Amino acid sequence: MRIGNVNCTIFLILGMVLGVFILLSPQTFLSPRIYLSYMSIIPFPAIVALGATFVIISGEIDLSFPSTMALSGFVFSLIFASGGHPLLGLLAALTVGALIGLINGLIVVKIGVPSIIATIGTQFFWSGFTMVVSSGLAINIVAIRDTVTHTFFVGRLFWGIPAQALWCLGLVAVLWLLLNRHVFGENIKFTGDSAQTARAMGIDVGRTKIGAFMLLGALTALSGSMVCMEMANWWPTQGEGYLLPVFAAVFVGGTSVFGGTGTIVGTLVGAMVIGMLEAGIISAGFSGFWTRMAYGLIVVGSVSIYAWMDRSRAKMQP
Amino acid sequence: MTSAVSMTNIFKSYGEVKALDDVSFDLGSNEVVGLLGDNGAGKSTLIKILAGVTRADAGTMNINGQAIDPRGHTVARARRLGIETVFQDKSLGEKQPLWSNFFAGRHLTNRWGFIDVAAEMRVTREILGNILGLQGSNLQPETIAGTLSGGERQGVAIGRAMHFNSRIVVLDEPTTALSLREVDNVLAFVRRIKRDGKACIYISHNISHVHAVVDRFVIVDKGRIALDIPKNGTSLEELIGIMVDIAGGGDQARAGTHP
Ligand SMILES: Nc1ncnc2c1ncn2[C@@H]1O[C@H](COP(=O)(O)OP(=O)(O)OP(=O)(O)O)[C@@H](O)[C@H]1O
Ligand SMILES: [Mg+2]
Repeated sequence: MRIGNVNCTIFLILGMVLGVFILLSPQTFLSPRIYLSYMSIIPFPAIVALGATFVIISGEIDLSFPSTMALSGFVFSLIFASGGHPLLGLLAALTVGALIGLINGLIVVKIGVPSIIATIGTQFFWSGFTMVVSSGLAINIVAIRDTVTHTFFVGRLFWGIPAQALWCLGLVAVLWLLLNRHVFGENIKFTGDSAQTARAMGIDVGRTKIGAFMLLGALTALSGSMVCMEMANWWPTQGEGYLLPVFAAVFVGGTSVFGGTGTIVGTLVGAMVIGMLEAGIISAGFSGFWTRMAYGLIVVGSVSIYAWMDRSRAKMQP
Repeated sequence: MTSAVSMTNIFKSYGEVKALDDVSFDLGSNEVVGLLGDNGAGKSTLIKILAGVTRADAGTMNINGQAIDPRGHTVARARRLGIETVFQDKSLGEKQPLWSNFFAGRHLTNRWGFIDVAAEMRVTREILGNILGLQGSNLQPETIAGTLSGGERQGVAIGRAMHFNSRIVVLDEPTTALSLREVDNVLAFVRRIKRDGKACIYISHNISHVHAVVDRFVIVDKGRIALDIPKNGTSLEELIGIMVDIAGGGDQARAGTHP
């Protein structure tokens, strides 16, 4: 019931944002072009946000995915640029992403460092590491545009729909099943609800959290590799702009900051709301400087609505 | 009588606090034992070690004839050996629906780990309809655990224990926050455990409840077993007298160290 309410709210927010944009610039928002452009860019942060949803439900946080994106994209591009098959590059990137997640998880679970601090550390470390190994130079991979892999992951399909949008929707379906119909997802929710209760119920809290970090790492690597394919380029600061929009998407989507509950569909819609803002504001005739203020308003506003909904529900209970 | 649980020379410290100090405890395979003792005596710690939630520092343990290293015991193993525990607090995931609370840590899954939610809902609905005076309440499998009253919570936790039909049921303060009728239900449940040939450890501060259902009393005091007596021939008044003596003895000892 709670999830239903939250999902209603997020769709309402999406409808409102869309409505405002249609009113302000009808010629842009009533033609399909802007939506095709949205479908080509929103999937990248959305896929990361889907992974982050699991980590947040498990009661942890991960601030290191921007550097995961940079390093895994680097590995992907390097392998392709030196003549390797792009799928090999992708596999290596996914492995690197999962390993970074594993290391984050081990530091949090085995050593006991709070995840907010541990992942600030690993964020610095891996972005520094990436700078060192790449000497700070971008990698041009224009040749990727001629590969089947490119078509498969980021090509344009019927009506010009970008493949990454379908990937994103497919992942939403799979991750929804994982969260709501799989033991892993149930364990994630119990762990975030109360680690003590989860332990008493025989759930391996440590392994569950490590699994969440690894899932986020792998999804970030997938997104990072797809960004490289889309841009036919890798650059050392890739992923840097993702930190705030990704968290904004998760929280606007209605996932609890306190862990224990969360919604996959909400995160997708949250990513759509956040992803639409910038282009919408600019095409409405405002300068790009307004974007951040709008982000801020939307985040604070929606999270306040959820908190208020939570509290009024609590009041109804005896 | 054969032994269901046999714990010997168990030690457990939390920093400076000696929660258990050389405790030995036995439970017959068809015996109901009441664990009594002051707040902080170590009762919950003892049963958490048995249930695999907390690791002992030292000692040996034997469950249903199987030797277990209490330093490497797990909840999953305890359940496999037939131990079902209703913990004193935090026994439910507050933000989770009842069905997932019933099956936490032991979901009905296919071989890829996907949960048969329909089956779990069905079983949950059955349990909710059958147990502990919850019949009249409108609890549904989808109800979020955090919205339950104290009595409903205990009912759900105990119903979970009943459903999994274990050989050893551990109840840690199951009657706090319960109405008289619900207390009767819990006590009837304990009697049924006895009748079905199973074993039970019953922890409570309510001495008359304990006295009504158990075969033997074990009194824990400051991490040690202070007394272990069969109920036969011990009246409720005598038991209360003994408890007061033990508590008083503790006071005198403490007074002695601070003259
Ligand atoms: N996780 C823990 N960390 C630190 N100390 C603990 C922990 N668990 C128990 N203790 C300490 O161990 C001692 C025994 O606690 P325990 O919970 O076993 O008592 P109890 O007999 O169950 O008491 P009550 O009747 O109040 O439930 C107490 O002094 C308690 O403070
Ligand atoms: Mg206790």
